[in-house]
Parts: sequence; C-alpha cells; structure tokens
Amino acid sequence: MGKTFTRPVALSEKDTHYCPGCTHGIVHRLVAEVIDELGIRGKTIGVAPVGCAVLAYNYFSFDFMEAAHGRAPAVATGIKRVRPDLMVFTYQGDGDLASIGTAEIIHAANRGEKITTIFINNAVYGMTGGQMAPTTMPGQKTTTTPFGRDVEQTGMPMKMAELLSALMTPAYITRQTVISPKYVIKAKKAIKKAFEYQCEGRCFSLVEVISTCPTNWGMTPVEALSWAETTLLPYYPLGEFKTPDSQGGNDAA
Amino acid sequence: MSYIFAIDCERCKGCGLCVNFCPKNVLEISDELNKKGYYPAFQARPGDCIYCGSCYMMCPDVAISITSGNIKRKLKK
Repeated sequence: MGKTFTRPVALSEKDTHYCPGCTHGIVHRLVAEVIDELGIRGKTIGVAPVGCAVLAYNYFSFDFMEAAHGRAPAVATGIKRVRPDLMVFTYQGDGDLASIGTAEIIHAANRGEKITTIFINNAVYGMTGGQMAPTTMPGQKTTTTPFGRDVEQTGMPMKMAELLSALMTPAYITRQTVISPKYVIKAKKAIKKAFEYQCEGRCFSLVEVISTCPTNWGMTPVEALSWAETTLLPYYPLGEFKTPDSQGGNDAA
Repeated sequence: MSYIFAIDCERCKGCGLCVNFCPKNVLEISDELNKKGYYPAFQARPGDCIYCGSCYMMCPDVAISITSGNIKRKLKK
C-alpha cells in the first residue's frame, strides 16, 4: 500500500477565508496532520490569535479558544496550568506575536510554559490591510511605509526565534518555511517535534514559519514564494536555534 | 496498484501553486469559473502524473487528494 494524500481528520470540511495562495492553509494542514498522527485530537486545545487566522477555530475539528490581540500565550498558560494533561498550542501571526504580544511570548517562553506556539511570519500585517509589522524587511513597501521601511525610524526587523532562543530556560525554538514541498516536509517534522516535546512535558516550543502574503505584498502567489526565498530567507535563516538538550544561548544549527 | 487523483474544484481558489510545483507539468488552470468565481486547477495531462504528492503538499486549500485505487473514492459531504 503506497502513501496516499487525503484531507486530515483534524481539519474541518469548511472552506477557508484565506486569499488564494496564502500559506496559512498549508500550515493549518500540517498542524492537523501532526495532531492526527499523534492521536491527540480529543485532548488538544488551540488558541487562535487576532490576525488573518482569527477564524482558525472554524477550520479545525478540535477545541479552540480565542484570545485578545497578542495574548494567546497568556490564555494558553492559563489553560495548560489548569489542565496539564491537555495539549495546548497557540497559532499566531507576526503582528500578533512580534508586535503587541511580545511581552506575553517572551515571558511565557521564559517561564518555560509547556505549550507550543506556531508563529507565522509573513513580514506584514495581513488582516488589517498590509501595514508594517516589526518583521517587515528594510525597504519593503507596505500601506504605512509607502516609500519602503526606513530603518532609521523603525529599526531593523525583529528575529523572534533568535531573540527567544537567547533565554536561558530550556525550550525548542526553530524556524521553518513552507515555500516549496521540501520545506513543507521539514516544517511538518519540526511541528511534530514541538508537539512531542509538549507530550513529554519537557519544554516550551516555538515553530516560526516563514510564510507569504501575496495580497498585501502585491504579487501573484508564485511570485510571493520566490520573493520570500530571495528576500526573507537570507535575513531569517532556517534551522533549529535551541533544543531542550542544548544549554541556553544562541547555538544556531 | 492504482491511485485516484482528484481536485475538488469548488474548494480550489486557483492560486496556481500546484501548477508551479508539479514536476511533470500535469496541471493547468481551467478556463471555466467555479461557484466561488475562481479559475480552478485541473489535470490537463493525467497520463503523465506520477502521484508524487507535490501538488497536495503545496495546496493551501487541501483541495487535492490522492487515494489508492482499491479504496472507494470519498464523496463530498
């Protein structure tokens, strides 16, 4: 019996509201596949962010909780502390996690909460109409930086995975992408590893996924993938930045 | 051993990622609109398909499925 490819059970039958070519759908599928493979659908609670994935609870067939903007790690902390037997993950975008929710994610990681965070980094605020995010590239045009991001005024893009991996608390921090099939397979392995660390009750885990936003970047979906490869990947290197077995600090792999 | 390839054309948003990543150039974008108003992808050259699953990997809407031939094809609910 060869390998077949069908819709995972943990993904509901509802059509997504995402724009054509948005890689949110791919990451949703990966999360659902991992949950199916680990057989944890009945004891998983996801926490949805504010952002394009605000309606993520419609697309998964397990329990979901909606958090205020940026506060998903705080809500997940509460759920996990009350019910340590459940699997809790947050699904956040870059406007949510890297901007308004920076305090929550840093302190959740520093406390070593046994939760998993899926961090979608597409270098722009998607839902609100393409404003500059902390992760926007220098010179990138957005609706609030019509002449390109000026690093003199707004600083350089934030590298959240590196920033969080500098904390001394053990954690699993990795950066992946979904811009081609080979990276999708790697990203799925990373998400699975993150969930397994939580299953074992070992550490906080964060999987940053470099994604695309064809609509707000003003590109076709295929152009957006190549722009992500040529512009985002050199600045946001892929790899495992921290595993619970490594000793703090930035020992990027 | 045979496989059944299917695209749910009502789920497809016509982004073209599957067309771009098909190693055998099997897929194309249709000329006909679906109910949502998108031009869905379809298998223009099904004989060339090697069922590698690259299109499934990249489909953001999980509109593509590849099932083995001896399983009854899953009907849309």
